Amino acid sequence: MEYFLQQLINGVTLGAIYGLIAIGYTMVYGIIGMINFAHGDIFMVGAFVALIAFLALVALGVTAVPLALFLVLLIAMAVTALYGWTVERIAYRPLRRSFRLAPLISAIGMSIALENFVQVAQGARVKPLPPLIPGGYTLMHDGGFAVRLSNVQIIVVVTTVVLMGIFSWLVARTRLGRDMRACEQDLKMASLLGVDVNRTISYTFVIGAALAAVAGIMHLLYYGVIDFYIGFIAGVKAFTAAVLGGIGSLPGAMVGGLLIGLIETFWSAYFSIEYKDVAAFSILVIVLIFLPTGILGRPEVEKV
Amino acid sequence: MSSAPKAARVNIATAFKRALFAAIVAFGLFSLLLGARTHTGANGALFLSGRPDLLAIVVGIVFAGALLRELIIGERSISLAAYVPEAVRERARVLPALAAPALLAFALAAPIIFYNNRYMLDLGIMILTYVMLGWGLNIVVGLAGLLDLGYVAFYAVGAYSYALLAEHFGFSFWICLPLAGILASFWGIILGFPVLRLRGDYLAIVTMAFGEIIRLVLLNWQALTHGPDGISGIPRPSFFGLPFNNAPGGFAQTFGLQYSFTHRIVFLYYLILVLALITNFVTIRLRRLPIGRAWEALREDEIACRSLGINTTNTKLTAFATGAMFAGFAGSFFATRQGFISPESFTFTESAMVLAIVVLGGMGSQIGVAVAAAVMLGGFEFFREFAQFRMLVFGLAMVLIMIWRPRGLVATRTPTIFLQGPKEVGADVVRRARAKSWSWRRARHD
Repeated sequence: MEYFLQQLINGVTLGAIYGLIAIGYTMVYGIIGMINFAHGDIFMVGAFVALIAFLALVALGVTAVPLALFLVLLIAMAVTALYGWTVERIAYRPLRRSFRLAPLISAIGMSIALENFVQVAQGARVKPLPPLIPGGYTLMHDGGFAVRLSNVQIIVVVTTVVLMGIFSWLVARTRLGRDMRACEQDLKMASLLGVDVNRTISYTFVIGAALAAVAGIMHLLYYGVIDFYIGFIAGVKAFTAAVLGGIGSLPGAMVGGLLIGLIETFWSAYFSIEYKDVAAFSILVIVLIFLPTGILGRPEVEKV
Repeated sequence: MSSAPKAARVNIATAFKRALFAAIVAFGLFSLLLGARTHTGANGALFLSGRPDLLAIVVGIVFAGALLRELIIGERSISLAAYVPEAVRERARVLPALAAPALLAFALAAPIIFYNNRYMLDLGIMILTYVMLGWGLNIVVGLAGLLDLGYVAFYAVGAYSYALLAEHFGFSFWICLPLAGILASFWGIILGFPVLRLRGDYLAIVTMAFGEIIRLVLLNWQALTHGPDGISGIPRPSFFGLPFNNAPGGFAQTFGLQYSFTHRIVFLYYLILVLALITNFVTIRLRRLPIGRAWEALREDEIACRSLGINTTNTKLTAFATGAMFAGFAGSFFATRQGFISPESFTFTESAMVLAIVVLGGMGSQIGVAVAAAVMLGGFEFFREFAQFRMLVFGLAMVLIMIWRPRGLVATRTPTIFLQGPKEVGADVVRRARAKSWSWRRARHD
């Protein structure tokens, strides 16, 4: 029971990170119907920017961890959002009217380029960061096994919930959110009715990248180690989460992320840790075959 | 001769402003990731060092590039082709027809030219392996329009099929070669059957996931595959039963030659050349068959295909299985050439590289893929010290090709049958058609 509870806590934390990345996939897919293959690497860029910003702040003499973390959050979100904007502007916008596979191939190219850019610029070795937020609570103690809830886990989950709240408000209540929902329903009609489609799409990428940056910081804090390759695996898993929840659906992305985090954690805990990625990938295949619309998604209408 | 587009008036102030904007964006992008470098200190902790000079150079290049682009191209969309005289273009059109025999002749003669140059022979073998993989993937991506990001999985299936069959049952290369192809195409069918009903972009992700699954299983199924240690001591191929050694009954003594290590290398070279040419030949023949036509039609418009009664799932499945089969052949060749395989050789990077070759060569173009493989791999071998930039360049090249020449840099291949665009139907055509049908109907009544 204690072991189960501990895995539940770990799974929810992991799921929060996946959920934040998954939102980026699902938003872009909802609006322009394209899989933003480079999104996982945007997440990785966010983690690296956060790491470098933190080291730079320490070098500049900002040693108070809460202040430093807050600044890192702002810097990482801003810089990563700029990456999201640039990727859309350079690699996707010119291809919006091109043939079917063109944006996807361009996205794969961008993903490879980002990954290798970071590798060349920062080296291929793993980058460790000592734990910044120590401590935590022991919830239950039974025999030799203690259920721990660390402060990092609390911060990850609370931040995710807060960001989800802000984001839902943004989509439901603001002008930008209305434009985004309009574009999601019908791009051409929205532009006829005076929605600046290009700007809305740009904002979508900016928001998605900013959320991915937060996920990157959380990954950095939670695992304490990053390398240039984390974007690939995390990207596929977050995409799985988006598909599982129903691609195009925002609550679906969160639900899917949570489920993928839980499945991965429980699989590692009760079966084998070597095959945890295989489990996640297999879920993707199984979901796409048997439940292509996901849990909360709508059936897709094919347009000619 | 077509004239170059008229130079539009360039607003220098606007161009300057835009270039400045680009430079600011570049500064924002690169200031942290390029301007600072993380190092691991002696105690394992990270520290930073600044690289302001590199950052300044990169931002300067972006500024200059953006300024030049604004001043030269500006708002116009130009194609470089418009500047090329008609006569040159006319000649360039026959170039591919000449290039193929010339390249083939060179490929056949290469072992004679470079007989004493082991390095060049190895490079040739590597390039031809990628040419074969490129041609195999071209069936899937170029002809059928299915984006397969896990192609390397079938390559791995082929390689491990041979290695394991040889290790456990002592099968020779010549028995394993067809078996490897068959097994790989079986895997193609097993994977393809459920996922080929999916839309194109889902397919890309699923194939990528499948590629990773295969790699992770190879890595973790220690009992069968020896995990990360790989399989070593894979038997070398024989010359149709004659081993390449200095013993009686070996290749050299049978033909009365002086024993040389080069014999095997040259044999491997011709082996992969023949395998690649078989791939090419089969592709060219297949595309004239109904199934090839169906592949091309599928690439252009899937919904139209379904409306016309083509079984899209089966059509995709054949493309997928055929492509996988050639990857299996190439894989077993790879295993016998290396003598050692491990999951390290079958990463996503490998799939991405083959895909980059197909995309750069022009999806669907055979000669383009061959040229792209030779140029890219040869080029990177030539600039060895820049090896770490290889995938960075590949990735950026894929983006740029999609923007500038989406049908490929080296060559373009349009469908065998192509609808040029909506035909204008004038009133007179309609009237004539009506009159005809009217007279026909009257004729029936009479």
